[in-house]
Amino acid sequence: MSRIHVHTAINGEPAEFLCDGHQTLLGALRDELGLTGTKEGCATGDCGACSVIVDGRLVPACLVLAAEAEGREIGTIEGVATDDALHPLQKQFLEHAALQCGVCTPGFIVAARALLEANPNATEEEIRLGLAGNLCRCTGYDKIVRAVMDAAVEMRNAVR
Amino acid sequence: MAIVYLPHALNAYTGGRSEVAIDAPRVLELRAALERRFPGIQAELEQMAVAIDGQIHHDADYERVEQRTEVHFVPRVAGGA
Amino acid sequence: MSEQTFTTVGTRPIRHDGVDKVTGRANYGADISLPRMLHGVVLRSPHAHARILSIDTTRARSMPGVKAVVTGRDIPLVQAKLAMGEAALDLRDMGDNLLAHDKALYHGHAVAAVAATSLDVADQAARQIVVTYEVLRPVLSIEQATARNAPILHEGLKTIGRPTIETKGPTNIAGKLELKLGDVERGFTEADVVIEREFRTPTVHQGYIEPHACVAQTGEDGRATVWTTTQGPFVVRDACAGILGMDAARIKVIPTEIGGGFGGKIPVYLEPLAIVLSRKAQRPVKLVMSREDDFRASGPTSATVIRMKLGAKRDGTLTAASTSLWYEAGAYKGSPFGAGAMCVLACYRIPNFFIESYDVVVNKPKVAAYRAPGSPMAAFAIESVMDELAETLAVDPIAIRLKNAVVEGDRAPYGPSYGPIGLKQVLVAAAAHPHWKAPLADSQGRGVACGFWFNAGMSSSATVTLNADGSASLVTGNPDIGGTRVAQAMMVAEELGIEVDRVRPCVGDTDSAGFTDVTGGSRVCYATGAAVIQAARDVKDQLRARAAKIWDVQPDAVGWNNGCALPPGAAADRQPLSLTELAPQMAKTGGPIVGRAAVNLPMAGPGFAIHICDLEVDRGTGKSKVVRYTALQDVGRAVHPGFVEGQMQGGAAQGIGWALNEEYIFDENGVMENAGFLDYRMPVTSDLPMIDTVIVEVANPLHPYGVRGVGEVPIVPPLAAVANAMHAVTGVRFTRLPLSPPRVLEGLVAAG
Repeated sequence: MSRIHVHTAINGEPAEFLCDGHQTLLGALRDELGLTGTKEGCATGDCGACSVIVDGRLVPACLVLAAEAEGREIGTIEGVATDDALHPLQKQFLEHAALQCGVCTPGFIVAARALLEANPNATEEEIRLGLAGNLCRCTGYDKIVRAVMDAAVEMRNAVR
Repeated sequence: MAIVYLPHALNAYTGGRSEVAIDAPRVLELRAALERRFPGIQAELEQMAVAIDGQIHHDADYERVEQRTEVHFVPRVAGGA
Repeated sequence: MSEQTFTTVGTRPIRHDGVDKVTGRANYGADISLPRMLHGVVLRSPHAHARILSIDTTRARSMPGVKAVVTGRDIPLVQAKLAMGEAALDLRDMGDNLLAHDKALYHGHAVAAVAATSLDVADQAARQIVVTYEVLRPVLSIEQATARNAPILHEGLKTIGRPTIETKGPTNIAGKLELKLGDVERGFTEADVVIEREFRTPTVHQGYIEPHACVAQTGEDGRATVWTTTQGPFVVRDACAGILGMDAARIKVIPTEIGGGFGGKIPVYLEPLAIVLSRKAQRPVKLVMSREDDFRASGPTSATVIRMKLGAKRDGTLTAASTSLWYEAGAYKGSPFGAGAMCVLACYRIPNFFIESYDVVVNKPKVAAYRAPGSPMAAFAIESVMDELAETLAVDPIAIRLKNAVVEGDRAPYGPSYGPIGLKQVLVAAAAHPHWKAPLADSQGRGVACGFWFNAGMSSSATVTLNADGSASLVTGNPDIGGTRVAQAMMVAEELGIEVDRVRPCVGDTDSAGFTDVTGGSRVCYATGAAVIQAARDVKDQLRARAAKIWDVQPDAVGWNNGCALPPGAAADRQPLSLTELAPQMAKTGGPIVGRAAVNLPMAGPGFAIHICDLEVDRGTGKSKVVRYTALQDVGRAVHPGFVEGQMQGGAAQGIGWALNEEYIFDENGVMENAGFLDYRMPVTSDLPMIDTVIVEVANPLHPYGVRGVGEVPIVPPLAAVANAMHAVTGVRFTRLPLSPPRVLEGLVAAG
């Protein structure tokens, strides 16, 4: 069976890969492109460790077919930091000790960035509801939510 | 003499005796002395941790047992994270 | 020791591995790829209990792309135990769990493994393996396992009873332990109130977000290298060596970053398979568990049945306790029934008690350690009955605990006296905390519960190398699950008087790090920390000797203070020499400076905690939500308070999940019906409030800074804290977890 040649853009850069029809975007990112920052926690869309952006929309990469990336803009954790500078979310996660094992962190950062870009004034409750698709087993979420709230302040101030 | 507290779990060897005074320089010799007193007990004791004056050691063979030391034999415990 | 002042300890520096983790660069088990790597798939039993009559791999082996197939025949069972410090891992059982030999003992039990050029090919090949089973009736509960004429899992299993008991005939009871003090019958007659309840907790999983994963590569000389996500690289090495009959010197284990463990990544499930497949195929092999397989075939913790009877005088003084604890071990012996027996009464002074605890095999996956193994279930029982006693006697729940709380000098139920401990201190802190007096709405209730767990010591090694620029490198053998790397670097920084940024902490592999026991048992900052501090002090001793050489004096005459070597006397030509001045002169004064230390420490004194939980309950749906939560715990010394708080919050969240929603749901054939994160319902962000923490520090005299350990105790109190809060709102005493909405509704309806 011949593989599908996909042309796409990842974090603003053109990219291409070969994939099978049933391969997921998660599999393509990790196994074809070597972008292992996006993690597999469950493969059923329940844990958020594979959170990526597809054409501006937050999705679990394990539930998107690799072939669907054709002609689309994909955003992964590898594209969050820019020009040697960490994103405010990344900085706040570090300041707050909001990661322990760190495996859920890429997914949380991608999801939190999408949340704050859509709702820069998100309250604690809105943050908790908005990130309910990302599982963390280590932190109990307290420091994650605080980090996101502080990042929101930083991002709002930067805009002014 | 060290005071050795014998757990209820080892009743079959100690006949219900709960403490005994033993003279021995180290845990290694203490276990041998207990074996002479209560045949068969040594194999059990070797699988257990040893508390010496409240500190629980898992590898206690060469720990010193001073006069008036309190010794307890304690089941080994597994920990997670 | 509480008078110690620190410059670095107690601060909150950024962890050294942090940037790699927030950018996705850090490599976890499944992130490793090697040239020519093959992908492995494990074939698993569809039956919970069955004899394996035959396995035919002919078709699988002949498929294009299939490079190796392995069954139990390829890995003969060994009779050996791996001394793992606190407990022995039975390698025969582990080898049989790795690949079933005569019997499949649980649904999901590995039966064969395939390595192929792609996951798809390996998967298809696995389906071509023909296994014939003789299906047997499974046992799926304590009652079923101990019933007369129960199906027997292991023909040769004997009950190891302590005290010795007579075992007649085949059994599923692998072990029994009794602890006893005083006269329990007389103790109950002295009581004014006696309460007896039976509690049940389900099988639950550690729920680490990263499934088990490894890559093995064997060379033509038979040497194997294994990259794996593990809490114990030396356990992996020695278990693989033992199970495969290999020389451990020919196995190198490189721990990757680890995406959660909680005890579940101490045993080996994949690594020996990967080594054998790699050896057969002469190519690297990657084996990754799917989430479903992880639920079905790694190591959850025991379901339990616990009977608890407590007697107390009118003023709340406990007079007697009698308890039976039954722990499901899963398919092979070895539940935490011993630890449970030792923990269950450990918080309180009880002059008469009887504890009996049982280890029972059932047709479910073999249990592994889960954060304070055995203690949360035991605490659920006693802390619920304490709550009921308090209510019956109209005594404040914290006051009744204070009245009976153990202090230094009291005897633990397992014999020895406690050294310095912090139970009273955390209770007093809880009573004084604003949470305790905060008002509650009508639909809300408040519960408290205490918790106890040991802090392990065991073996650790550390090397600290000084660099010519005055920075330092640190190597230890403990995978970093929750910030221990930065805590260890802080200890080096503290000792040497350098910036924590200029310490490079490194988690070594089994070739480069000295032998170190697992990351687990709440031991890393205590035992490995002690080794790290000793190694740093070794560096300082060597620096003093170098200064002595420069000054041409005896090393004993050189002092050290504030990051400087101090010359003897007040000679004008001898100013103190700082570390940064001495470091560039290492080559001239004798060569590199490498500080080293190795320890095997006794257990640190135990940790105690109390948690306060406010629960809001919707009586119409049975749904409940934790609206406020405070965790108070004695940790000895908080090196990095941020990560100490994190341990308290994370453990609390796991305990809340255990109390409210988590359980393995088995059908009558022993198949787990909810083997995924959708229906195995762990807490998410919107389920929890902020979790407030209070760190109490009662120094542990066995560590230079007083560190005791923190990681495990936090999961112990929540089960009862939540259940007691549920009782406070509903008036119903729930003795069965989880308190999921259907169960709460059932309880409310039954109560009328």
